Amino acid sequence: MSIIVDKLNYVYGDEAHQVQALQDISITIPDGQFLGIIGHTGSGKSTFIQHLNGLIKASSGSIFYNGQDIYDKDYDIRQLRSKVGLVFQYPEHQLFEAEVFQDVCFGPKNLGLDRKQAELKAFTALRQTGVPEDLFYVSPFELSGGQKRRVAIAGVLAMEPEVLILDEPTAGLDPKGRDELLNQLEKLHKERNMTIILVSHSMEDVANYADRILVMDKGRILLDQTPKEVFSHRKELEEMGLGVPQVTCLMQELKSKGFPVAADVTTVQEAKTELLKYFQVKGR
Amino acid sequence: MLRDITLGQYYQVNSRLHSLDPRVKLIATFAYIISLFLFKNITVYIIAGLWLFVVIKMSKVPFKFMVKGLKPVMMILLLTVICNMLFTKGTPIFSIWKITITYEGVKMALFMTIRFVMLIVGSTIMTLTTTPNQLTDGLESILTPLNKLKVPVHEVAMMMAIALRFIPILMEETDKIMKAQIARGADFESGNLLKRVKAMLPILIPLFVSAFRRANDLAMAMECRCYRGGEGRTKMKPLIYKLEDKKALACVTLYLIVLVAGGIAGNYLPI
Repeated sequence: MSIIVDKLNYVYGDEAHQVQALQDISITIPDGQFLGIIGHTGSGKSTFIQHLNGLIKASSGSIFYNGQDIYDKDYDIRQLRSKVGLVFQYPEHQLFEAEVFQDVCFGPKNLGLDRKQAELKAFTALRQTGVPEDLFYVSPFELSGGQKRRVAIAGVLAMEPEVLILDEPTAGLDPKGRDELLNQLEKLHKERNMTIILVSHSMEDVANYADRILVMDKGRILLDQTPKEVFSHRKELEEMGLGVPQVTCLMQELKSKGFPVAADVTTVQEAKTELLKYFQVKGR
Repeated sequence: MLRDITLGQYYQVNSRLHSLDPRVKLIATFAYIISLFLFKNITVYIIAGLWLFVVIKMSKVPFKFMVKGLKPVMMILLLTVICNMLFTKGTPIFSIWKITITYEGVKMALFMTIRFVMLIVGSTIMTLTTTPNQLTDGLESILTPLNKLKVPVHEVAMMMAIALRFIPILMEETDKIMKAQIARGADFESGNLLKRVKAMLPILIPLFVSAFRRANDLAMAMECRCYRGGEGRTKMKPLIYKLEDKKALACVTLYLIVLVAGGIAGNYLPI
C-alpha cells in the first residue's frame, strides 16, 4: 500500500520550445509517511504533485497507487482522486457555494454519496480543520483568509482521502494560523495514519513536521533524505536559492565558533535541549 | 486546455514590420481591407495577393501561423461557398437532380473565398506583428480627435488594454480552478447539457469572484499612483512617426494607387 513513481518525465510546450518540467523522477512513498517537498520556484514541485492524482498525465514513466498502474486504461481515475486528496496553493479561491457547509459537501457528493453521508463527512472534516460551528452556515466569502483556507482544506478532507497533498498550505497565513494548521495536519497524520505530502517554501515547516524531505531542482530530485541529513547540505541548498532552518544555521555557526554542540539540529526544541546540555556541562 | 486562441497572439521576432509604428500598421490594414472590397475582378486580387505575399515575407512570421487564424472561420467560409454555388442564378454549367451549378455561382464562390482568406490573413499579420498594448496605444492615438466629440478615447483604450492584459491571467486562473474542482471529484465531461452547464458553476463563481478581486486590486493600485484618466497624461514611449514609418505609408499609398488602376483596367477584361 503505497505510491510508487517510476522514471516519471513530463515535457510540455511545442516543438520549438520544449520544457522538461520533470526528469526521471523515481520515488516510493510508503503509507503513513509525512513527506516534505522543498524546491525553488519552478523546480517542478507543483507539477510533480499534480501527477500523483492524475491531473497531469506524464510524458513517460508510470505511477502505481497501491500496486495498480494509474495509467492503465481500465483504471478508475476518479476513484484515485478521492483517495489522493490535493489541496492547491491558495485553495480558498475555489470556494463557490453560498454556505460553508454546502461547499465542503461538494467533494463527498461528487463521490456519489447520499446527502446524509456527505453531510456527516463534511461535518467531521470541518471539525478536523478546526472551523468553529457558528461559521458553518455563513457565506464562505465573509470569512477571514485563514478561515477560508481551513474550509477549503476541509473540502478536500471530506472526501476522506488516504493521501493528502498540500501545495504551500501556509502561504499568506499569520504565524498563529500557520502553526494551528500544521498541528492539525500532524494530528491527522498521527490519528488516522494519513500519508501527508507537504510542499513548502518554509524550511522551518518541513523540518518541524516531515519524516522525510525531497529537494527538487530543475525538475529532478536532488536529495531524498531525513530532515537532519538534508539540512546538513547547507551549502548546496543555499546555492539552489533555498536554505536551512534558522535554528540549524545558528547551531552550525555556534559549532564553527568552537562551542561543543551538535550541528545537525533542525527544530527549536532540539536546539533547546542541546543548548541546555551545554550549559549544564559548563555549569558544573 | 484553453490555450489555443490565435487572434491577438503576438509572434516575437525581429522584423521591419514588427518595428513599425502601430498606427501605420492599423492604417495599412484598414486600407488593405477596403481595397479588397473596392473592385470585383481578378487583377485586384492578383495585386492584393502580391502585396500580401511581400508583407508576409517581410514579417518573418512562419506562414503556418497565418493559416492557424483561418481555422476558426473555416466553417463560415465553407457555408458561404456552398450557398454561393447553389443559389446564384446564371448560365448553368451542369445540373444534378434539382441542383444547378452556374458559371456565375462558381465565380462568386471563388471570389468570396479569395476575399475572405485574404481579409483574415491580412488582419492576422497585424496582430501577429503588433503586441496588444501597441495596438491599443495606436488606436488611442488615431482616435484622439474624437475627444472633441466627448468620446472618452483614453478611457476606452485603457479598458481595452486592461482587458487584453487580463486574458492570460484569467485563463491561467480558470485552469487552476478547474483542476482544483476536478481534484474534488467534479465531473465536466459526462451528463446531459443541463448537467454540464450546472457543472460549470463551481468554476464560474470562483472565476468571477477572482476577476472582481483582481479588478478591485488593480483599481486601488492605479489610484494609489494617482491615475485619474487621460487628461494631461504623457506617455513614457510616445508614438512618433519615423522615416521608416513614412516610407511604409508611402508604400501603402502606392499600393492603393496601383490597385485602383488595376481595378479599373480589370473591369474591361473579359473575365
